[in-house]
Order: sequence, then C-alpha cells, then structure tokens
Amino acid sequence: MAEAFQSIAARAPPVRTGGALPWLRRNLFGDWKSALATVFLIGLALLVLPPFGQWAVANAVLAPNADACQAARGSGACWGVIAEKWHVIIFGRYPFEGQWRPAIATLLMIAAVVASCIRRFWRPWLGLMWLAVLATFFILMGGGVFGLEPVRTDLWGGLPLTVMLATLSIFLAFPLAVLVALGRRSQLPAIRTVCIVYIELIRGVPLISVLFMASFMFPLFMPQGMTIDVLVRVLVGITLFAAAYMAEIVRGGLQAIPRGQLEAAATLGLGYWQTQRKIVLPQALAMVVPSMMNNFISILKDTSLVTIVSLYELTGALALALNADVEWRPFKIEAYLFITAIYFSICFAMSRYSLWVEGQLGVSRTR
Amino acid sequence: MSDAIIEFAKVNKWYGDDFHVLRDVELAVGRGERIVICGPSGSGKSTLIRCINALEEYQEGRVTVDGIVLGDDVKAIEAVRRRVGMVFQQFNLFPHLTVLENLTLAPMWVGHTPKKEAEERAMQQLERVQIAEQARKFPLQLSGGQQQRVAIARALCLTPKIMLFDEPTSALDPEMIKEVLDVIIELAGQGMTMLCVTHEMGFAKAVADRVIFMDQGQIVEANTPAEFFDHPKSERTRDFLDKIIGH
Repeated sequence: MAEAFQSIAARAPPVRTGGALPWLRRNLFGDWKSALATVFLIGLALLVLPPFGQWAVANAVLAPNADACQAARGSGACWGVIAEKWHVIIFGRYPFEGQWRPAIATLLMIAAVVASCIRRFWRPWLGLMWLAVLATFFILMGGGVFGLEPVRTDLWGGLPLTVMLATLSIFLAFPLAVLVALGRRSQLPAIRTVCIVYIELIRGVPLISVLFMASFMFPLFMPQGMTIDVLVRVLVGITLFAAAYMAEIVRGGLQAIPRGQLEAAATLGLGYWQTQRKIVLPQALAMVVPSMMNNFISILKDTSLVTIVSLYELTGALALALNADVEWRPFKIEAYLFITAIYFSICFAMSRYSLWVEGQLGVSRTR
Repeated sequence: MSDAIIEFAKVNKWYGDDFHVLRDVELAVGRGERIVICGPSGSGKSTLIRCINALEEYQEGRVTVDGIVLGDDVKAIEAVRRRVGMVFQQFNLFPHLTVLENLTLAPMWVGHTPKKEAEERAMQQLERVQIAEQARKFPLQLSGGQQQRVAIARALCLTPKIMLFDEPTSALDPEMIKEVLDVIIELAGQGMTMLCVTHEMGFAKAVADRVIFMDQGQIVEANTPAEFFDHPKSERTRDFLDKIIGH
C-alpha cells in the first residue's frame, strides 16, 4: 500500500536574512578579512573626502571673478572658470553669435543616437531619419544656405566635433569591420591577404600618425587644385583606424560559431551572405558586445587626438580657451574636471547601454 | 539501376594526403528505400552520407542524386540541397532564433514563401513531430529529444525527397531516444527515401529495407535486416554485431 503524502507547512527561517543589518553583517563584515577591508576603505574615504569637499564645495568660488579665484587659490576650487569659458570649451572657435547652431545640431545628433538605441525605433525609417539628421547637422554647422552665415570646417570645434567624429566614425567603421572580419576568413586568398595587410598595417601605427598622414601627407598625393576637406580626411582616418580594431573583435566572435551552424545553414540551402546575415553575425556580434562597446568608448576618447591637426574638439578647445589667457590659465584643473564630467557621462551611458544589450541577448542563450 | 535516386559510382575520398576515408564505394539507393548504415567509428559512414548533400567533396568517382551529378558546380549543389534534408547528431539548431523561426528561415529566405504561409506549414511540421506547443521557445530551453524533433521538422519544412540522419540519437539521454526514433519511424512509413547512420539495431530491424555495414571506408556488406542480422556473410560483420548486440 502507498504511503499517504504528508505536507509540511512553510515556516520562517531561523535567522532573518532580509533587511539592512543582516545585509551589512553578511556583505561588509562577513569574516575578519572582509571587516578589515571595510574598515580600511571607510578610513581612506574619511581621509580623502572631507578635504576634497572643502576644496570643491565649501571654499569654492562660483562667480566668474578672476580676482576672487586668485584669492581662493590653493584652498578652494574656482568653478568660475567654467562660467567664464564654457562657450569656448563647448564650441571651440565657432563664431560666438552663431553658437546656437552647433548647440541645436549636437542635441539633434545625440537625440538620434539615443533613439537608435531603443528597440522600438528599429524600423526602416530609422535610416531616413539619420539621413535627415546628418543633413541638418552639416547645414546648421556649415551654413551657406537658408541665410545661414558660412562657417569653415576648421572653425568647428568643441563638443559638436567630438560627438560628430565619434558617432560617424563608429557608424562607418562598424560595417567596414564586419566586412574585413569576414574577408579575413574568406576562402579567397587575395581577399584574405588584403584584409590581413590592412589590419596589421593599421594596428602597427599609432592613431596620431594616421591622423597626421591623413591631414598633411594625403594632400601631397592629390592632383593639383583638388582638395578634400580636412574634416573628411580626419574622419576617414579615424574610421579606418577604428575598423581595424573592431574587425579583430568581430573575428573573435566569428571563430566562436560552431561549424555545425554553418553546415546546418548549408544543408537548408542558405547562401554565403544569407548564412552570414541570418545565422553567423547575429550570434557572433552578440558574443562580442562587451569588447565592442569597450572599443566604441575608446574611439570616443581617441577623437581628442585630432588636436594634432588643429581641429579643436572638446579637449583641444579647453586648451584653446585657457592657454592664451594668463588670468584664467591657473584654473585648468577645474576646467578639466568639467570636461571629464562630460566625457564620463557619455561613456557611462554607453557602458550601461552595453549591459542592457547583453541582458536582452541573454534571453535566447539560456544554457 | 534506372530507378535509383542516389548512386555512388566507385567513389573515393581522402582527408589530406594520407587518410583514405572512402574506398571504391558503390551504392545505389532506390526511390523510397530506407537504409541504415552502421559500422565502427572512423569507418566513413558519416562521410558517406555527407557526400550526398555535398557537405563533403570527393576526389574520385561520381555521386548522382536525383539525376544530378555532384561536382564543383554550385548550381548542382544548390539543386541537390533543395531535395535533401539532413538531421545532425548535435541538432545544430540556431540558438538565437525561436523554434518557429528555425523552421521558417529557409522556406522564407531560400524558397521565398510568404511569412504567414511558411509559419502555417512550420506549425504543421511541428505538430507532426508533436512539439507544436514549444514553437515560441528558444532551442536551448528544450530537452535534447525535443531539440532533435525540432531539427527533423526543420528539415521537413523544405519538403525534401531524401532525408539523411547522421547518428540522430547518439547525443541523447537514453530516455529520449525513443521519442526521436518514433518520429523517424513515422516518417519511414510515408515512403520517403531515408539514409540513417545509427547503432540502434532494433530501429534498423523495424524500418530498414537494407542495412549497410561499413569498415575502413568500404561497404563490407549490404543486405535486408533479416539476412544481415541472422546470416551475416562477412566475418567482420559478425564480429561487429557480436560486439554491439552481444551483451
């Protein structure tokens, strides 16, 4: 005879595990090593934070008053430098009275980037929207039509230049990187060789020299009288540079795809490009999201190197704003903290977005 | 044989320069014939059936499938692959697509079937392998047996004339083998040409018209299951059968 099933009623755990105190005990003072680390870090914070607070908040000068800043020097921060110089830091050499143009153009481009990150907007019209945004951006920045004063590209600068260079070079480099990564694994020796040479050549050279060549050497090889705008040359330089690194990241993902996936696709009659597009790339790219975002973030910061060819993006514009001004030059640290905050907010948003994407992709990868 | 749908004529294949994996293989498979291929590992059984849909190329001889000679011609390979479905030991489902998307992918992109129609037909195939309720799940959320049944349904969506099974139950937990074999047996009853590499001898007895034994790249013996199991002609076959059925 079968035994009757006796149900055991649920009861509370012997020790409470929820709430703040148990959490503290478990996570910060779990054993003596953990307790020691906690005490050490709290001590360190007590040592460093109060003086920093004193400098950054209590003794700080907020007004754009050079004399007051001078007086507080050494004991308090001079945030006044930002109030005084933010026009130049954010917009570089762009003519002052026209600065609403880069402001709108940049906001528009940032909005477009944010929209492109949202899944609901991944529709065919997104491409059209980008065309419109890019056209508006360059019309606003460059002028010359619709009664807008023309502004030469070498006067473009600050945040608009940083955002534009980073966005466009990432968007252009990504498809190129995918093609180069596929090419590097091609059955055709000629294509494979070209891709390997491109990758190794670019990776063997610092970005600064790529930019230098794009800016100063390239025009020497152009026919007489023909010039390509320095901005375009620099954009192409950064794109080619970034694509080489991204291609290797993509290749890492491609190599992780089991051969069986390709065989199954072949058996079903899918051609090479269909297989890559529908089977291989979705899986390969999903695997490399963290390192890809890593690369995007470093491209954003690498755009600061265009100063070498006299384009004053955010970092360059900061130097431009302060180096020549004896009165404000001493307060570079505060200004640097200001652009640090800008860079950090963009990079942190990118890194959070990458985590979100990973989470989304995880759904199909329950292993 | 004029009614053969697959014909191997003195086929030889090498891996690299020193591994002669198929040796003078002669085989004619009739329309609707169900063949089970067995043999020790490394004997060339998988390679043999993978030559039928050009997943492997051969160096000598000729493989003809439904009147099409398989060689370097890409068009011929495409034409053959439209006629041949394949099921792998490792399932090879696409993990980033749902079960339903796995099934509709090829009909939509290769066969240019409209999405709605492709989905209807996919659901019919899923019902046929008794797994329709899992259509919206991802492959890795299913058990091995369920995944293999999805893989069978995926191959069937292209309405192949020939089905190839490459050790379809070897990667499965024992209790899942039956559910997969049941599906294959059901297919076998419907007149499709089938070649199956397997060591499930009970299955071979139940469905095969012919059992082929391979060793060292050669077809050692091919016979009806009754003859094959009860009166194996070759010493080597007897040896092999003793080893796999002996206990």
